Amino acid sequence: MNARTLFEKIWQRHIVVDRDDGYTLLYIDRHLMHDGSAAGFSRMRERGIKLRRPNRGFATPDHYLLSDSGNVADIPDPHHRRLVEAITTNTAESGVTLFPVGDERQGIAHVVGPEQGVTQPGLTLVCGDSHTSTHGALGALAFGIGSSEVAHVMATQCLWQRKPKAMRVNVDGTLGNGVTAKDVILAIIAKISAAGAVGHVIEYTGSAIRDLSIEGRLTICNMSIEAGGKAGMVAPDDTTLAYLDGRPFAPKGAEWDKAVKFWRSLPTDEGATFDHDVSLDAAAITPMVTWGTSPEDALPITASIPEPSTAPDTSKKDSMQRALEYMGLVPGTPLEQVAVDRVFIGSCTNSRIEDLRAAAKVAQGRKAVIPTWVVAGSGLVKRQAEAEGLDKIFRDAGFEWREQPGCSMCVGMNGDTGKPGQRIASTSNRNFVGRQGLGVRTHLVSPAMAAAAAVSGRFTDVRRLLS
Amino acid sequence: MEPFTTLEAAAMPIDQPNLDTDQIIPARFLGKPRSMQIEALFKDLRAKPDFVMNQPGFAGAKIIVAERNFACGSSRENAVTVMMDNGFQAFIAPSFGDIFFNNCFQNGALPIRLAPARAAEIRAALHAKPGSPVKIDLVSQTVTGPDGKTDRFDIDSFRKDCLLKGVDEINLTLSYDAEITRFEAKQQQEMSWL
Repeated sequence: MNARTLFEKIWQRHIVVDRDDGYTLLYIDRHLMHDGSAAGFSRMRERGIKLRRPNRGFATPDHYLLSDSGNVADIPDPHHRRLVEAITTNTAESGVTLFPVGDERQGIAHVVGPEQGVTQPGLTLVCGDSHTSTHGALGALAFGIGSSEVAHVMATQCLWQRKPKAMRVNVDGTLGNGVTAKDVILAIIAKISAAGAVGHVIEYTGSAIRDLSIEGRLTICNMSIEAGGKAGMVAPDDTTLAYLDGRPFAPKGAEWDKAVKFWRSLPTDEGATFDHDVSLDAAAITPMVTWGTSPEDALPITASIPEPSTAPDTSKKDSMQRALEYMGLVPGTPLEQVAVDRVFIGSCTNSRIEDLRAAAKVAQGRKAVIPTWVVAGSGLVKRQAEAEGLDKIFRDAGFEWREQPGCSMCVGMNGDTGKPGQRIASTSNRNFVGRQGLGVRTHLVSPAMAAAAAVSGRFTDVRRLLS
Repeated sequence: MEPFTTLEAAAMPIDQPNLDTDQIIPARFLGKPRSMQIEALFKDLRAKPDFVMNQPGFAGAKIIVAERNFACGSSRENAVTVMMDNGFQAFIAPSFGDIFFNNCFQNGALPIRLAPARAAEIRAALHAKPGSPVKIDLVSQTVTGPDGKTDRFDIDSFRKDCLLKGVDEINLTLSYDAEITRFEAKQQQEMSWL
């Protein structure tokens, strides 16, 4: 048999129908739902059809929850409140598993899936959210879909797909102190561009990726979409198995052994080829900061705001000028001299226990000089952080330890937004114009770099604070 | 779903690369009924007087000709529906965000990939003469610019067929029920832990 990639193996195993016109009906093993998935349920009702396999669905509210209250009745916008309420009634009617508000298993869908063992190697997983690529960190084929396709999966447990191409991003070497998974993915996107992986599934390989924890791999795969990738994946290994063992929805006993045998067969075969290959040297990656309005606008913290005159073409020059104007930045300014107004630590990119530990390590014994929020990715992450005393470190440092896990300021759908002109150091995934509120200037950074900005009031090379 | 066959209409150029879905419809308008979202199209871009949609010459446009990686970002299908509710039915760009691209077909809208140079040429012609038409013929897979030059574009025959006939994809898939059931039985044996 031909040498196959991890992606190819999962793809082939999920083909229900292969049509002559190049389209495949692909079976979907896991469907994650959140408070924005209500439209899918409405369409089912309108058509008078039931979910085909409700036991393959898992739901948790995240986008519209207030970060300072777990009481749904406190949500001021009636439309938003209804969406959060709808997830309870919709899942009860359909039989989909729900992790509701108030249950410590609730959280951001992309934190909850892996945490509960719902996400597993070799599965196909979708969710009506672009950051579904996150789940590929466990060796699943996971991608985001729109609300029509959400309804399609509910009705048929399948999706029509044209097979994407495969890209390998290899990162070899050892990451320096203070350099994290977030810096790696920002460096990758800066290298290949925000459209660099359009039409491709990325597999991340190399010793630097292997050395990452599952949390780190989740951060990397999470931002595959910011490079245009359909999905991002890391082959399952001992780290993956150790992470999954004992999780509530992971197989047990003889089933675990059977699953492990399958999971061990998944890694890309020696000699398998990719449509594109990219490689980075881990040792050359530094803490990163974005300066513009696309995740590709990322630079080492040691760099300065770029000059549009150095752009390769007019289109790039125009977009750089537009971005600098929006961001209120002057070319040539060292990034370390840029003052920050506010900090957000959270989101499906960076709200897991390891992220909070990295931020707490920098916060410990220091004081925030600007408003700084920490929003845990799930109730379980929050409980663990509190058990480890991280909440106390944050509070002592003047960081706000927010009450309710959820998406919060990453997308601001719940009203957690900045003020026009505010500059925010954020551990989230998108620095788009207006992403964190009208006129808000978002800079993407790692949790450690966010904490460094919090205690110094400007972007700061966290490596100095750690030494 | 309404079938899509041909469209000859005024086109609006958008020169900005990576124009993301947050700019097409900002997050603060999501979660509202579709009828309340119509006004949200390009809401924050429209606050600038020089934004192309504010120029009267482009009123009534039904086609957008954009730059690379158009509608990248979130999976919000509202990005498609809010543009359709404002009259746009086809989008031409060198490349698109994958999820947006798929969402178009789910709503009977046509996304067309054209070479970057040709897309730039059409945008320049539209700026030079606002209101000039672009003609799209899905059957022959051609786009004719305001300069009269015609290009062929690629589209998957599956997607083309679904658009031309206005196929309801859920009904189509349900016609494969026997195959899905067979797959599920096999998977139940092979991956019994699921």
